[in-house]
Amino acid sequence: MSYWFRNDNRLPQERLAAASYVIVGMIALLLLGFWKLQVIDSDKYGQLAERNRVRSIPIIAPRGRMLDRDGRVLVDNYPSFSVLLLRDDSAAVDKNLPAIADGLGLSLDDLKEQLNNTINLPKFQPIVIKPEATPADVAFIESHRADIPLLEMLMVHRRRYLPGGFMSHASGYVGEVSEQQIEASNGRLRPGDFAGKSGLERQYNDVLMGTDGMRRVVVNSVGKEMKEMRLSQQEAIPGKQIQLTIDYDLQEVAEKALADKKGAIVALDPRSGEILAFVSRPAPDPNDFAVRVSKEEWQRLNEDEDHPLMNRVTQAQLAPGSVFKIVMATAMLESKVPAENFTAFCPGSATFYGRQFKCWVYGKGGHGVVNLHAAIVHSCDVFFYNVGMRMGIDRISKYAKMLGLGSKTGIDLPSEEPGLVPSEEWVQRVFHHKWYPGSTISVAIGQGAVTVTPLQIAYAIGGIASGGVFKQPHLLKDAARVGEMHVDLAEDTVEQVTQGMYGVINEGGTGGAIKLQGIEFCGKSGSAQVMSNTERNRLGKGLSQNKDNAWFVGYAPRRNPEIVVSVLVEGGEHGAGTSGPIVRDIVKAYYDKKEKKNQGQVTTALRKDELGNSENRGTPESGKAAVKPEESAAVLSTSEKKKARP
Amino acid sequence: MKDAPGTRDYDWWLVAILAVICALGVIEIYSATHGSALAGMHMKQIRWLVVGVVLMFALSRVDYHVIMDQAPILYIIGIAALLAVLLVGHTRFGAKRWIPVMGEFLQVSELVKLIIIIVLARFFAEVRTDELSLQDLIKAGLMVGLPLALILKQPDLGTALVLMPMLVVGAFLAGLQWKHAAAIVLIGVLMLPAGWHFLKPYQKERVTSFLHPEEDARGSGYQVLQSKIAVGSGGFWGKGFGNGSQNQLGYIPVRYSDFIMSAWAEEQGFKGVLLALGLYMALLLRLVQNAQRAKDRAGMFLVMGVAAALGFHVLVNVAMVIGAMPVTGIPLPLMSYGGSATLFVFLAIGLVMNVRLRRFVN
Repeated sequence: MSYWFRNDNRLPQERLAAASYVIVGMIALLLLGFWKLQVIDSDKYGQLAERNRVRSIPIIAPRGRMLDRDGRVLVDNYPSFSVLLLRDDSAAVDKNLPAIADGLGLSLDDLKEQLNNTINLPKFQPIVIKPEATPADVAFIESHRADIPLLEMLMVHRRRYLPGGFMSHASGYVGEVSEQQIEASNGRLRPGDFAGKSGLERQYNDVLMGTDGMRRVVVNSVGKEMKEMRLSQQEAIPGKQIQLTIDYDLQEVAEKALADKKGAIVALDPRSGEILAFVSRPAPDPNDFAVRVSKEEWQRLNEDEDHPLMNRVTQAQLAPGSVFKIVMATAMLESKVPAENFTAFCPGSATFYGRQFKCWVYGKGGHGVVNLHAAIVHSCDVFFYNVGMRMGIDRISKYAKMLGLGSKTGIDLPSEEPGLVPSEEWVQRVFHHKWYPGSTISVAIGQGAVTVTPLQIAYAIGGIASGGVFKQPHLLKDAARVGEMHVDLAEDTVEQVTQGMYGVINEGGTGGAIKLQGIEFCGKSGSAQVMSNTERNRLGKGLSQNKDNAWFVGYAPRRNPEIVVSVLVEGGEHGAGTSGPIVRDIVKAYYDKKEKKNQGQVTTALRKDELGNSENRGTPESGKAAVKPEESAAVLSTSEKKKARP
Repeated sequence: MKDAPGTRDYDWWLVAILAVICALGVIEIYSATHGSALAGMHMKQIRWLVVGVVLMFALSRVDYHVIMDQAPILYIIGIAALLAVLLVGHTRFGAKRWIPVMGEFLQVSELVKLIIIIVLARFFAEVRTDELSLQDLIKAGLMVGLPLALILKQPDLGTALVLMPMLVVGAFLAGLQWKHAAAIVLIGVLMLPAGWHFLKPYQKERVTSFLHPEEDARGSGYQVLQSKIAVGSGGFWGKGFGNGSQNQLGYIPVRYSDFIMSAWAEEQGFKGVLLALGLYMALLLRLVQNAQRAKDRAGMFLVMGVAAALGFHVLVNVAMVIGAMPVTGIPLPLMSYGGSATLFVFLAIGLVMNVRLRRFVN
C-alpha cells in the first residue's frame, strides 16, 4: 500500500461548518415549501383532491304515473340510460370532444353548441349529451374509461304513453325544458331536465316531477368507480302519481270511434265536471317525444296542415252550427223575447234586411208553422232567424256568455281557447265599424262570427240540462275544490229545452236514427259551414276542407244528466249522421258499464283485486304517493274567480 | 488494521436515524401499495434493507485506505460497466440502465456513484495545496465528466446530476478559489442554452412543464400537480395512514418510489413531513460531524462525498414533490422503493462508518 494519505489531517473546519449551515438552510427551505402547500393553501388543495376523488352523478327521480279513474295505468315510465359528460376539467373536455362525438355518433358542432349553452352551469354538474344510449355507446364508454374519463352512464326513467296517440292531447308529453321554463322555475329545473311540455304533463308538472337526488361516488385515477367506498347520497324523491277522471273504457270507445277522422270528442259528467273521455285527432304519438324530438320531425308536426299538435277539444274554435240553437232557445225562454209561444212559418227560407237566408231543408220544402219545441227537434233555421232578429246581437251575446261560451271553461289543461261570442262592442273594438244587423241572423243559427270549442259545448249543454249548475270540467280525479257556476234558469226553461233535445232523438227529429233503448238519450246536432255558400260555390264543393263540420252533443238522462258527450268531426258534413252515432256509442258504453257494475258485487270485488295488483306494477316507488286533495286544489283553483254572470 | 475497531465505535446514532427513515419508508410503501397489484412491495423493500445493512457492516470492516488505494482500478471498472450497460444493458422504462445480477436488475449508475465518491476523495486527498489550483480543478472535472457523459447517454439525467454535487462539495472542501467558482457559474449560465440542445425531448418536456405546468395537464405537469394536490390536501395533521385519497386512488404517480414523499405528506400531514425532513437533516448533519472528526482528509472527503450525494437526493426529490423543481426521477434515499438505490445508500453509509471506526486508529 502506498502512503499517499500520510500526515494529512489538516481539515477545512470552516468550510465543513459552512456545509452544515447549507444543510440546515436547505431543509428549512423545503419545510417552507411544505408549509405553503399544507398549511396556507391546504383548503384549496383539499378541494382539488375532493374533486379528483368524488364524482357527483344525479339520480333521476321518476315522474309520477297517470292512472284512470279505476286505477288503470295510462302513463308510466321505463328505465333507460343516458350518457353524461362530466365537465369539471374543461381542458380535457375540449381535447376529447372530437373523440367523444365520434364514439357516440354525435355531431361535433351540436355537442359544442350544447356545451356553450350550458356554460353558465356549475362545472361539477354533468350534462346529458345522449339521452338513449345504445349497447355500442355503453361499450365505448366502458372501454375508454381510462383515456376519456369524462363519460358516465345515468339511469333515467323515460315516459311511456299508450300507443297510437291514445289520449295524447290530454296527457301531453314531456321534453327537455326550454330556457323560459328554466327561468320560470326558480332554479328547480336545469338544462337537460325533462318536464311537461303540454297537456296534463305540463299542468301538473310540479306534482308529477320528483326531486332528483345525487349519488357521490369515489373514482380512482383512471375514472373507475370504487364501489367499496361509499359516500353519502341524496336520494331522489319520486314524483307523485295522479289519478285522472278519464275512464279507460270510454276513452277506448271514443278513440276507436274517431279513428283517423279529424276532430274531437269530450265526454264529461256534468254533476261533477269530471271528464270521462278526451280525444283529439289527428294525434301525435308522445312516445316519439319521450327521448328527444329531432328538429325536422318537430317542424313537420308544426307545419302539418292537419295540425296534429292542436288540442281540438280545447283549442278548435269553430262555428257551432245548429248546436247553438240550444243557447238561443234558452235565451229566448229566459228573456221572453220573443214570447214563449212564438211561432214562425218556415217555407224553406226567409228574407231579412233584403237578403235571403235558407233553412237547411231549402229545396225539399219547409217546416211549416213551427214553435220552439218543433224548431229544436227539427232544427228549423227560419224559426231561429226570427228569434235572433227579435233578440238582437247583444241579448244573444249576453246569454251565450252567461252559459259559458266566449270564455275558458277553466279545464285543468294549459292553453285553452275561449272561443268567441260576438257583440256590438266587439265588432266596434276589433273591426271599427257598426254591427250589421244581418250578421245577427247568421249568429242565431251558430254561424258567422260565433265560435266555440267542443269542450265549451259539452260544458254549456251539461250546465243547461243540469238546471243551471255548471261544474268546472277537470281531468284530475281528486280535485278538492271544483269551480262551480250557477246560472238562474227558470224550471220551465230547462224543462222545455231538455224536452226539445229529447225530441231530437226520440221524436223523429234530426237525431232520430241514434235512439237508445231504455235510455233518456237527448242531444242536438249541428252541421256548421266553414265558409259562406257563395264562397263555397266559388271554390268547388268537393274539397274536403270546405265540407261542413259535423257537431253532435248528446247526453243522458234528460234532466240532471250523468254524461254529456260533445263530438266534432271536421268536414264530417252531417252532424246527426257523422257525429251522432259516435255520441250514441259512447253513451251506450257508459250505460253498459254502469249496468255491469250494478249487476253483481262479484265482478266489482274482482276488479278491486285486479286494481291492487296493477298498483304494484311498473315503478313501485312512484306508486306510493297519490296526490292529496289539498295539493290538487291548489292547481285547480284558477276557476274560482269565475262567478255566475247573470 | 492492527486494532480492529469494536462495536461500540460504530455511529449508533446514525444507525438509529437510518432505521427510523427506513421504517417510515416501509410504512408508506405498504400504505401506497396494499390492496393494489403491487401489494407486498414493502416486504421486498425490507429484503433490500436487510441486504443493505449486511453490506454496510461488511464494507465498514475494510479500511477505507485500502479501498481508496484501489481508486484507479475502481474507476476503470466503473467506466467499463457503464460502457457495458450501454452495449448490452437491459432496457426498462425506455432507458438502458440495468444489468442483471443474481436474478435482480441492478442499476450500474448507482455503483458508479459510489466509485466516483471514492475516486474524488482520493484525488482531493492528494491535493496538497491549501487552495485548489485551476489545473487540479479541471482534472477533477474531467474525471467526473467521462462517467457523467456515459450516464447521460443511457439516458439518466437524474443520476448524472448527482455526480455534480460530489464534485462541487469536494472542490469546495479542497480549497476551491472564489474566482474559479464565479467563473464556473458564469460559464454554466452561458452554456445553459447549449445544454438545452442536448436534452432528450422528454427531458425538455419535463422542464417546460415545470415552468408552465398548466400547458401539460396529463404529462409530467399532471404528475406534479397531482403530487402538489396530495401534499396540500394532507394539511397539517394529514389524512391518516391508508386514508390519502390521492395516494390510495392512484392519483400520485409512482407513489411508492419517486413520489413517496407526496404519499407520506398526504397521509401524515405537515407534522409527518417535519418528522421526515428532521430525520434527513439529522442524518446529513451527523455525516458532516463524522467528516469533521475524520482522522484525515481522505476520510473527510469520503464522508462529505456521501453527504453531498444524499443531500442532493433529498433536495431534488423533495423539491420535485412540492413542484419546486422539475421531475428528474431521483429517488428519496431509503424511503423510496428500489433495490439498487437502497444498496447504494447503505454502501455509502458503510464508507462513513468505515471512516468513523478508524478516527482514533494510528
